[in-house]
Amino acid sequence: MEYLKKYPKLFQWLFLLVVFLALCFAIEVPETYKFIRGQAEFIKDPNQSVYFFLGKEVRYYAFDVFWRLPPLLGWLPIWINDSLFFLMNEWMPMEFWNEDTQEFKTRPLLLQISRNLTSFMTFLIELIREILLGGLETIVAFTSWDFIDAYPWLELPGLPWTIVAAGAAILSYKLSGKGLALFAGLTMIYISIFGQWKPSMQTLSFILVAAPLSFVFGLGLGIAAYKSKRVEKALYPILLVMQTMPQYAVLVPALVLFGVGDHAAVIITMVVAVPPMILLTILGLRAIPPEVIEAGRMSGCTNWQLMLKVLIPTARRDILIGVNQVIMVCFSMAVISAFIGAKGLGFNLLLALNQLNIGLALEAGLCISLIAILLDKMSLAWANKQTDYFGNLTFFQRNKNTIFFAGSVVIGIILAYIGTFIFKESFNYLFEVPHNKGISTADFWNKGVDWIFDTFFVYIKAFNTWLIVDVLQPMRALYLRMPAVATLVLAVGAGYIIGGIRSALVVSALTLFIALSPWWDRALVTLYMATFGVVISCLIGFSVGTLCFQNKKSAAFMLGVCDIFQTFPSFVYLIPVMMLFGITDTSVLIAVIVYATIPATRYTIEGLRSVPVGLHEAATMSGVNKFQRLTKIEFPLAFPHMMLGLNQTIVFALFMVIIGAFIGTEDLGQYILKALSDKNGAGIGLTLGICVAFIGLIFDNLIRTWVNQRKKHLGIA
Amino acid sequence: MSETVIKCESVYKIFGENAKKMLEEANGNVDAKTFQEKGCIVGVNNASFEVVKGEMLVVMGLSGSGKSTLLRCISRLTDATGGKIFIEGQDLLELNNKELIELRRNKMGMVFQSFALLPHKTVVENIAFPLQIKGTNTEESINRAMEMVKLVGLDGRENYFPRELSGGQQQRVGIARSLAVEPDIWFLDEPFSALDPLIRKEMQDEFLRLQEKLQKTIMFITHDFDEALKLADRIAIMKDGIIEQLDTPANIVLNPATEYVRKFTEEVPREKVLIIEDVMDAPSKDNLGDLKVLKDDIIENVAEKILTQENIVGVVDKNNNIVGSIKPSKIIDTVFGGRKNDS
Repeated sequence: MEYLKKYPKLFQWLFLLVVFLALCFAIEVPETYKFIRGQAEFIKDPNQSVYFFLGKEVRYYAFDVFWRLPPLLGWLPIWINDSLFFLMNEWMPMEFWNEDTQEFKTRPLLLQISRNLTSFMTFLIELIREILLGGLETIVAFTSWDFIDAYPWLELPGLPWTIVAAGAAILSYKLSGKGLALFAGLTMIYISIFGQWKPSMQTLSFILVAAPLSFVFGLGLGIAAYKSKRVEKALYPILLVMQTMPQYAVLVPALVLFGVGDHAAVIITMVVAVPPMILLTILGLRAIPPEVIEAGRMSGCTNWQLMLKVLIPTARRDILIGVNQVIMVCFSMAVISAFIGAKGLGFNLLLALNQLNIGLALEAGLCISLIAILLDKMSLAWANKQTDYFGNLTFFQRNKNTIFFAGSVVIGIILAYIGTFIFKESFNYLFEVPHNKGISTADFWNKGVDWIFDTFFVYIKAFNTWLIVDVLQPMRALYLRMPAVATLVLAVGAGYIIGGIRSALVVSALTLFIALSPWWDRALVTLYMATFGVVISCLIGFSVGTLCFQNKKSAAFMLGVCDIFQTFPSFVYLIPVMMLFGITDTSVLIAVIVYATIPATRYTIEGLRSVPVGLHEAATMSGVNKFQRLTKIEFPLAFPHMMLGLNQTIVFALFMVIIGAFIGTEDLGQYILKALSDKNGAGIGLTLGICVAFIGLIFDNLIRTWVNQRKKHLGIA
Repeated sequence: MSETVIKCESVYKIFGENAKKMLEEANGNVDAKTFQEKGCIVGVNNASFEVVKGEMLVVMGLSGSGKSTLLRCISRLTDATGGKIFIEGQDLLELNNKELIELRRNKMGMVFQSFALLPHKTVVENIAFPLQIKGTNTEESINRAMEMVKLVGLDGRENYFPRELSGGQQQRVGIARSLAVEPDIWFLDEPFSALDPLIRKEMQDEFLRLQEKLQKTIMFITHDFDEALKLADRIAIMKDGIIEQLDTPANIVLNPATEYVRKFTEEVPREKVLIIEDVMDAPSKDNLGDLKVLKDDIIENVAEKILTQENIVGVVDKNNNIVGSIKPSKIIDTVFGGRKNDS
């Protein structure tokens, strides 16, 4: 009884566990149950049950309700599809002037808007692409093909790579200093020499369009949310879902709305990149000291003046951190958008992976990683840059960067011109190194992979078999053996114990949505892979973080490593694991573990670091040794922050599991991938995306509620 | 009698929902406790006073006493829940947004405790900011700002950014900025509280020098009673939103109105605060000694001279007319006696 009073929560958990296990054993597996085929696949089968909702026919395999809930939400994807189709093709037909045929034509409003939007985006992308690479589409857009035939010299020549490289180096120097300038220059030279110039510039032009637009929309919405509680409340759920929604899943509806290609990818990238910008804008504006706002008001600012001259400049750093986020999201989307036909590095990577040409994939991946690091460091340097005393600078000192850039433009053009004489026969390497004409190391890597396989095949194979047969299969079977009702009870009970009625309601609603969708089994498989990844990641992350924390230098080093790894688009992680483990679940899991270990490590170090110095000193004065200090003081205080790390680890793991479908897994991701090539895929893709987002949100809700309570308890809120 | 610049008539500020309705129902009898039970917090409770042109009113109170809230009502950074506020005869609460902005651009300046400088602007740009907001052209506003830079003694640092300055220097910028538009009314919200004691004293002296020169109408907020005594023409002492006493420093020290005020005055060295006029008697008919003291002399400065006299000392005004007299024993009474009686 005393224990019950002392640890009431512990007994609640035990009780919940007992109920859960009892339910698991009490509910038998139905004889007709078989994985995968148990779900609505939209194939007609006489064994299926059918129901109609909103005029839609939904087919599914019926089981005992305790075992698997019927897919009452099965109509949702079909309904989304039909609504989209209706909106795009039938809703609000109107007369529009058609330039090509010179007459009015009847078209649905949304289709017209979508077409105008996409052609505008295409124009923007082409414009920037042609400044970087040369071309004539932009000129043609303003004139006509006949015109360009008459004046062929009007074609944009594109910038020689030397100028772009010099520009990147000079900008880096201005933002940060010599180190970054050197890195930028070397990266650009590497890209050029290894023949990745064209795809890199295509990706860059994609970002140059998507990032500024996302920034503008994000800032605008962020300001609106800061000013009006109502806007904030309306935006909040969308922001929440978008944070845990796999980027992959939003691609699918984009196909229906905007078609295939760069323009669709840019628009959908904005959907993904705007939320973090909104969040950081709100955060930055909220953090402004109230006295600064009052000072602005007392200076007689109108609302506009206050916003433009006081609030935004004061929140500059947070807003620029938002820009950094936007750029990184745009970049990772630029890679993933290859799935819907965006050109650039991602496309090459996808192609190489499809051909199983690991060497080529590695080259593209390295390029992607280098550019990601460069963009990240540059935008962070911009955010952290502070202007200093500028009293008496000469004209040259003040404008040296501009002058250097102008100089490099002139020199670049002269070099390119000289190049036309040197490389008369073949390509002008001083202007642009064509794709596949640079140095290629692909063969080397391919040979390396072959060698690895030849030498270590036995061991890798043995490890693979062991992992799959002895660990993964049983684990997966256990997850699938859970009756739906037992899972629901577990989720709701956990919600209730941690956060009371409110959390229980939220968690049960999220879980029910997944349980009532046609993909419960797939969700369980997703969950099992994610769980496996998260457990291992946390073990590694927490111990590596704790070890590195013992020394200031190693802690800083580890955080730096985390920073760099975090900038890589998740897709890149698939390359090395495919190289080592081939196309198996093991590959995906290793990628998940590598990717998800980043936040686990980072949050551990940050959490341990945040323990106040005063406490350290107090502990040392009470005579504790290092180990006691760790267990009695640092861990308890850092634990809430480490749990936030767990939260991030789960989100990262889910993302990677979903992307891992590319290698071939049987989870929700596989269906998202399928939906990409399905003409009725939009509804399925979106619903699947929401399912994944909800899995993330269930854990997010539980962990955050717990952390907030714990922090309040410890007085470190 | 000089003209009234700021006039408050039973001003209330109550935070919380339904504050306005509750205030009406209370019918002038606002009790902080009953309001708090209903979820409202009383910031300012029935404040009425006037500030005349060129006067410095110091509002003194501990944290949570409502002094900053009162100031924000008068600058209309928050809207008062009830009562009337007049600025030079204009009803402040009746002003629309445009008129309010005009008023702030031309008549008001404010200095903040945490300096509240714009981090992205240099010293001179910060000072020129209110002018530029007003629409003054760049050259003129920068010229004017440079004058202000000299006035507060920051020449040579005009192109520094706020983070490159010390606290005292930052507050000089804050003061210069608030004075850039030549306002008639000057609000200072604990301007020296965030500074080290030595710097604070230096800034107080500097502030008195400026005020001597500029003769602004000032509302000065502080939680430091010594600071209030040193600077004020009149002091308003606030507690729980209520003005406990509003009087000259001397009267507050000599005749504290409430127990709360008396606690502040107990530790005050009176000889440093009071002047002869505050304690002198009527002109004496007895023989006066040779020594004459000015009525405006601070007691501390003349105490030694008076105490060495055996006769009654004459008190004169600036024109050497006898206006009163003072016995040496009276000095001893003032410095040591009062306290005994009180305790």
